[in-house]
Amino acid sequence: MSDCLQTIQDYGLRSLGFGERLLPREGFTFCEQATLIGSGMIWNIYFGVMALLTGFFLATALAVAKGSPNPWFRKPAEWFIFVFRGSPLFIQFFFAYFLFLSLKNVNPFFSPFTAAWLGALIVLFLNTAAYTGEIFYGALRSIPKGDTEAADAYGMSGWPRFKRIIWPTMLRLAWPAYTNEAIFLFHATTLVFFSGFPAWQQRGDALYYASYFADKTFNPFVPYPILAGYFILFTLVIVFVFGLIGKHLNRHLPQPERQRIRLRPNLIR
Amino acid sequence: MFSFCTDPDTLGTFRWFSCYLTTGVHMSFYIAFFKVLLLLAITAPVALGFGFVGAMAARSRVAPFRWLGKTYIALVRGVPDIAFFLFFVIALDQAFEYLRHKALCPDWDQPIRQGSDFVVCTAAKLPLSTAPQWMHETYGFFLAVITFAIVFGAFAANVLFGGMRAVPHAQLETAEAYGMSHRQTFWRILVPQMWVYALPGLSNLWMVLIKATPLLFLLGIEDIVYWARELGGTKTSRFTDYPHGDWRMWYFLFLLVFYLAFTRVSEIVLERLMLRLTLGQATSGGEAQRKAAA
Repeated sequence: MSDCLQTIQDYGLRSLGFGERLLPREGFTFCEQATLIGSGMIWNIYFGVMALLTGFFLATALAVAKGSPNPWFRKPAEWFIFVFRGSPLFIQFFFAYFLFLSLKNVNPFFSPFTAAWLGALIVLFLNTAAYTGEIFYGALRSIPKGDTEAADAYGMSGWPRFKRIIWPTMLRLAWPAYTNEAIFLFHATTLVFFSGFPAWQQRGDALYYASYFADKTFNPFVPYPILAGYFILFTLVIVFVFGLIGKHLNRHLPQPERQRIRLRPNLIR
Repeated sequence: MFSFCTDPDTLGTFRWFSCYLTTGVHMSFYIAFFKVLLLLAITAPVALGFGFVGAMAARSRVAPFRWLGKTYIALVRGVPDIAFFLFFVIALDQAFEYLRHKALCPDWDQPIRQGSDFVVCTAAKLPLSTAPQWMHETYGFFLAVITFAIVFGAFAANVLFGGMRAVPHAQLETAEAYGMSHRQTFWRILVPQMWVYALPGLSNLWMVLIKATPLLFLLGIEDIVYWARELGGTKTSRFTDYPHGDWRMWYFLFLLVFYLAFTRVSEIVLERLMLRLTLGQATSGGEAQRKAAA
């Protein structure tokens, strides 16, 4: 047990570059595997949370632009959503990495973009903005007509009408689908270190370490179930947190009308 | 490939591209596109089969089957699909070799897991070490197909399970009132009607399956991603007739466009199919069509 505490001290923050420099090479214990894979989860959480937070704002803008009658707003939004939803995230990562690599040769300003923490985050941000934008656009179109008519009747227009009536209703309607999107975005963060972006000094995400152990021990039956355990745990956390927010958004409705969050697999990449 | 390619003067002209794009390695690149299509053609029906069995298990009246089906659906959906891809390729390979080892070499007394090695007798190796190269490649592809089918089978099971539940309950009650057995109700009433409810989910799944095909690269198949990386990398005049700088960006741009076109075409075809299937159905879509025609 005290061995394990020592291992956690050595490797708990290994994915950020703290602690022991060398990864374990032989005689891998269960504790070492669980600690390192857990340490890699820091990156998955970082990518997931940051992309979701930043993507949310762009997604709202995209949804409004796609619903706009003005083609100068509508067409770019439609194309953006089409490009990011129509192509595999894996290819997007590869393309972005090599694009940043070429830009780096032109201007050294772009050199941080070839590192995963920024380059991959940008791809994930744009990608989740496109998927979420489509969800929000769908919700925007299914806002009950009575709600907007009531806003008009009260003399609301422009920004207050959007902020107080349209936006909250849109979020409320989109919430179950947005929960799905959050889960699958979180799952998609595992692709980062398998798609060109290098894991500098072996600082990788959870799947990077899991596949490291599977390659070294030639035994997939230990590291991958550990990884699965972590992901199921964090998926449950996402469902719980989003459930709380959803409850908050629906708090004015009578009980039976509140939608239950349904988890459907229609948003994986 | 063309006769004028032997002329060094073409270097620097636009015709150079037609020579460059028809070299032998580029042919492997083009063949890799057919590998992707082949994978889709095999995986889609197999995954649908897995999904059907999974959905049947999940709504079974026998509790262990139900637990098994629900666990299968929940587990695959809770864990990133790429983790399953990496897991199953090794796990399936070891499972096959283990079974063959037990069957073919019963008098082997050493343990199979020796430290970090997985040791089976030579006769149990898959494919046999004497097998030609194409056998190795086919076996790798076969493992990839099974892996894809298992993962996407779970997603399909979820969709079909939802479709089965969406069939109006009155239909099943009527069937029971007519004295049909449970099995008859399932095959004659439920299965024919569930497809129209499951199709939106299934067409979504098809899109997801298309977008998952580049993951073949992670399974060690020489697919389009592999060749795009190989061909796009910097070439020097010492190793090839057609030297160029780092073009990987352009190769991946081409793949991006390929996938965009592919998903767009599928979208249009599936929309048409949905229109045909909703014709005359008692759903809101079918109702809208009826009103438009009237």
